[in-house]
Amino acid sequence: MAISRRKFIGCIVGAAALGNATGAPGKAHGASNKHFKGYPDSFGVLHDITQCIGCRKCESACNTVNGLPEPQVPFDDLSVLDTRRRTDADVFTVVNRFQQEPSVFAKKQCNHCLEPACASACFVKAFTKTKQGAVIYDESLCVGCRYCMVACPFDVPAYEYHKALTPRVTKCTMCYPRLLEDKLPGCVEACPKNALVFGKRDELLKYARKRIYAYPDQYTDHIYGEHEMGGTSWLYISGPSFSKVGMREDLGTTSAPELTAGPLSAVPMVVGLWPVLLTGMYAISKRKDRIAREEKAAAVAETIALGQEETQKKLDALKEKMTKEKTAAINFEVKKALEEAEKAAQQAAAQEPKLEPGAGGDAEESIEEDK
Amino acid sequence: MAVEKMQSNPQRFSPTNVIIGIILVVGAVLTILRFTKGLGAVTNLDNNNPWGIWIGFDLLCGVALAAGGYVTSAACYVFGLKRYHSAVRPAILTAFLGYALVVLALHYDVGRPWRLPYPIFVSQGTSSLLFEVGLCVFLYLTVLFIEFTPAAFEWLGWKKIRQVVVKLTLLLTIFGVVLSTLHQSSLGALFMIAPSKLHPLWYSGYLPVYFFISSMFAGMSMVIFESTLAHRYLGHKMDHTHHEEAPGVAFGFAKAASFIMMGYLAIKIVGLAIDNNWGYLATGWGLWFLVELAGFVAFPAILFAMGSREKNLMFVRIAAVLTVLGIVLNRLNISVIAFNYHLPTADRYFPSFMEIGTSVFIVTIGIVVYRFVATRMPVLYEHPDYKTH
Repeated sequence: MAISRRKFIGCIVGAAALGNATGAPGKAHGASNKHFKGYPDSFGVLHDITQCIGCRKCESACNTVNGLPEPQVPFDDLSVLDTRRRTDADVFTVVNRFQQEPSVFAKKQCNHCLEPACASACFVKAFTKTKQGAVIYDESLCVGCRYCMVACPFDVPAYEYHKALTPRVTKCTMCYPRLLEDKLPGCVEACPKNALVFGKRDELLKYARKRIYAYPDQYTDHIYGEHEMGGTSWLYISGPSFSKVGMREDLGTTSAPELTAGPLSAVPMVVGLWPVLLTGMYAISKRKDRIAREEKAAAVAETIALGQEETQKKLDALKEKMTKEKTAAINFEVKKALEEAEKAAQQAAAQEPKLEPGAGGDAEESIEEDK
Repeated sequence: MAVEKMQSNPQRFSPTNVIIGIILVVGAVLTILRFTKGLGAVTNLDNNNPWGIWIGFDLLCGVALAAGGYVTSAACYVFGLKRYHSAVRPAILTAFLGYALVVLALHYDVGRPWRLPYPIFVSQGTSSLLFEVGLCVFLYLTVLFIEFTPAAFEWLGWKKIRQVVVKLTLLLTIFGVVLSTLHQSSLGALFMIAPSKLHPLWYSGYLPVYFFISSMFAGMSMVIFESTLAHRYLGHKMDHTHHEEAPGVAFGFAKAASFIMMGYLAIKIVGLAIDNNWGYLATGWGLWFLVELAGFVAFPAILFAMGSREKNLMFVRIAAVLTVLGIVLNRLNISVIAFNYHLPTADRYFPSFMEIGTSVFIVTIGIVVYRFVATRMPVLYEHPDYKTH
């Protein structure tokens, strides 16, 4: 091996102070065209799967360093390697065996994403991506909604389901407290082989590339974590393809915040435009109502006016007609009376000798009265 | 003494009340278990399956089915469709109770329920869609509460304050629609962060749109469904106007729901095409997806259309029930059934009896409170002192 792990660490830890000074402020920018490549000079760990011998020393060290309860099966019992395990509330890292003859072991723990899904999903900002590279959790804020566990593409965070009132989400912290003391993460320190290499992420990438270039037969030509889910601080190189060592190759390279940037950016648009749109609809419906009301009133008024006019006309016509009829009737009656009178007069004249002279005078009188 | 009481109140020990009583007692026991032994003792949740039916049913279905509140009040007050006026109050009441129960259910599900105000008042995780959901649900619950107060004020006879609230109606309605648009859609967007866990047939960049659009016909169907139940069990509490207008409301909503469901079908197919997911349709998951879409969206949409055209109330009611079931199916598919589809069967989640029991308990509380309020306050009838016309 061209460069020993210890030596590699030496040059890194010296630069830690510089790294601390140049850390960018912890702001996430969802919808922008800037690609976040991680904090400059942040740390990471390279897991060389070809070097892992499945000794579980890392698991044991993790348990001690984090003050976790003793497991039921002791760490020197290697039979557990053959049952597929995942991280749990009091187990921050596990090693699984994926292949027999030759054995292939792979370690699993939090990958410390450059843009963590858990931190992006947390509605109380209980997760922080530190400028050193570690993703850490603040128990004092956590509500226990477990959305971080839904969001994590690597199925890492675990939950204390057995605790009634104070359950926490637990996961690897990259030994953040130890990093602050310029110490190595517990698992890296305990690894007897070169399976775990700690250093600056940029350096680790170069180192991994050199390994793959130098030993093309031993490695799959891929550094897992360089781009997966926007990149992770833990990196992996492996002999078999990664899907054969329990790692998903279908995660894509889009970081979690980018996945939700779209719907988040729609929020202010809805807040800004919906009230305008809805008030507009209200105004339109109001106006329609008003116009309908006005039109109705106008129509009613018009009908009434029209009706009145027509009635007047009809009335006038009727009056005229009646006057005419009355006149005609009178004329007719007069005529009839005159004719009758004439007839009577003629009859009277014919029977003159028999009648008294007063009769003719009466008829004349009644005609005069009629007139 | 006890016998006398029983004789004077023959209703008190009716079979319905006895069943409700048993559910409430079981619920109380489950509550004690949850808060003394933890989630692990009551639920089948685990590290791979952090969300079960308390989120999938109580939260997601609860919020979707409570959409009747914003749909009905928007139809009546914003769009000026006054013929829905008698449906507004029952819809607002169910929406308010629905949201209140969602919040109650969350107290069971989250680890430290007394910290539920944290995202709003202590540490705002604005990059999270859950933050948006939380904020909107909190605000909307407040809006619904204020929107419902006139009924309570009429009951209490507080005329002046009722008058003040009634003047706010339009403002509250618009605010309610904005908030509903946001959190209904955000509930779908919650799952956009996990493309590797949700089956591609259900995962889509359009998830927020799907959730928002489906909430509309979910709300309408729920109004029709509730009205059916209310007519059967609380018909004596309804006034003439309510009885007169109810079929009109049902046919109107049936027609609207039918149109929106057709639009929803169209955008679901667009989603399939955009992600080129046609190939999955030939798999078992594809069949399940088609059952949801054809059996519980397309079929009830046609039934709604026929019911509204032929003025067949039975068709409309059947369609409403199918649509409500379809919404439940869709929300459970996304949160539970097609979520973690890639895991081996042994690692999959199925709810425990105690989880189901707790959900039944919470729904029962809703029914009891609805009955209490609707038999006392002017919800299904207009208070004679405050007739609108």
